[in-house]
Amino acid sequence: MSSVLKLSRSAEEGLRELLKFLLEKKRVKAVFTLCKIKKNGTVSYSLITDADMLKDALPLFPLMPQNAGKLLSRLTLKEHLAEPIAAVVRPCELRAFIELVKREQGSLENFIFISTTCPGTYPLEMSVNGDISKKLPEYEEDVKKGNVISDTRPICKACEHFMPYSADMTVALIGEKDIDKNCEIFLNTEKAEKLIEGMDGELVERELETEEVKNLRSKRQEEKRKLFEEINVEGLGLSGLVETFGRCIGCHGCSRVCPICYCVLCDFDSRDYENEPSTYESELKKRGGVRVPPNTVLYHLGRLTHVSVSCVGCGMCTDVCPADIPLSTIFLKVGEEVQKIFNYIPGKDVEEAIPLNKFEKDEFTEVED
Amino acid sequence: MKTKDFEPKIMTFLCNWCSYAGADLAGVSRLQYPTNTRVIRVPCSGRIDPLFILKCLQDGYDGVLISGCHPGDCHYISGNYVARRRFAILKTALEFMGIEPGRVQFSWVSAGEGEKFSQVISKVTEAVKVLGPMRKLVKAANSLVG
Repeated sequence: MSSVLKLSRSAEEGLRELLKFLLEKKRVKAVFTLCKIKKNGTVSYSLITDADMLKDALPLFPLMPQNAGKLLSRLTLKEHLAEPIAAVVRPCELRAFIELVKREQGSLENFIFISTTCPGTYPLEMSVNGDISKKLPEYEEDVKKGNVISDTRPICKACEHFMPYSADMTVALIGEKDIDKNCEIFLNTEKAEKLIEGMDGELVERELETEEVKNLRSKRQEEKRKLFEEINVEGLGLSGLVETFGRCIGCHGCSRVCPICYCVLCDFDSRDYENEPSTYESELKKRGGVRVPPNTVLYHLGRLTHVSVSCVGCGMCTDVCPADIPLSTIFLKVGEEVQKIFNYIPGKDVEEAIPLNKFEKDEFTEVED
Repeated sequence: MKTKDFEPKIMTFLCNWCSYAGADLAGVSRLQYPTNTRVIRVPCSGRIDPLFILKCLQDGYDGVLISGCHPGDCHYISGNYVARRRFAILKTALEFMGIEPGRVQFSWVSAGEGEKFSQVISKVTEAVKVLGPMRKLVKAANSLVG
């Protein structure tokens, strides 16, 4: 059981009111949340200090314009926050940020994380023409019923980690029948309980993990099975991967938006992977034809080996891919396999070291000799 | 190509402190071993990025051998333990890619084990010979990808 702050407003309005309360009472210096930037329903992450500007905040808008984990890392890369900021982020964004903090790319200090039981987000391309705003009523209905929501991103439909692991506050959405009337904010930490002291609203006790949540988890597992089956991810093999990645136009957008790909200078952006004329010549002699530019497939396979251990499955890579490569499906699959051998869930616990930063003296002896 | 005619090319990454000295010892002791290997000396087995291995396989090597200090003997205390973890990840990824995991091998050879070094090379060469040429990633005739 956890204590819950119950506000008699819709979930989004309730959350906005909470943010306003935190700002006005100076409990936090600023709020980090999704904000409307255009009338057609485009949103972006913003930092807000002026409580009046919160009217444009859309903290629950079902779109991930960027992985917020990456943005929070940029905010705290050079120095940790001097004053508290309340950040409204999705569970996978929070996990991504924690993975970055583990890599010393940011700091958790002075952050108050507000997250939700995440119903999923729509693909980026739908954000352009206001299509998402049209979908919102349907979205809300499905959230209430605890359904897998149609037209959301495939990776969201297949996501099992939709309950935040380390948020200070969690807004219950999935399977909540009256999110249009009631806003229930779970207070997961003492810090959270202190912050809301003095706020109007009822304090109750209840469980976050309802039947609907459990049902959705099994529905999502089924979706994941279907997703893997769709591109036959297990049977792809090298020729399948070469075909799939062969579509790549080499924009490297997937690594730009990937929260785990944090290297400032990527090896693949350097000239190291350009072929010498003599290499082209010898390759052509052997094979009679080569792809130009070279190393496109190697780029993806390399990223797979680098990222898989910490991939949170946020799906940004698929979202930005102009060649429509099902990157996140492949990364999710390989990520799961790799994370399984270390029994590791990326971004679950900041205290747990990244598998590559620790070792046991007698493990994996089967890989030797 | 029949297996018996096939001479694989094997890239070998040797750690400066143990395995490279082991290879030296094998040479000084005039031990015979197959000549299929090309050696790259690295400061520590922990220096090896899985990418190096993939790049070798793509560039036409039929196998890759990584050799470092025995557990507990790493010059940098724990480089080889980390390498082993990284290697476990690569093995999983290779399996997914459908590349025979036997093409990439990992072993511990100390500076005093010239004999073991020659045995390891013979063993790996034999294993890769059985697997045949690495065609999938690069050598497929007329394949325009890679």
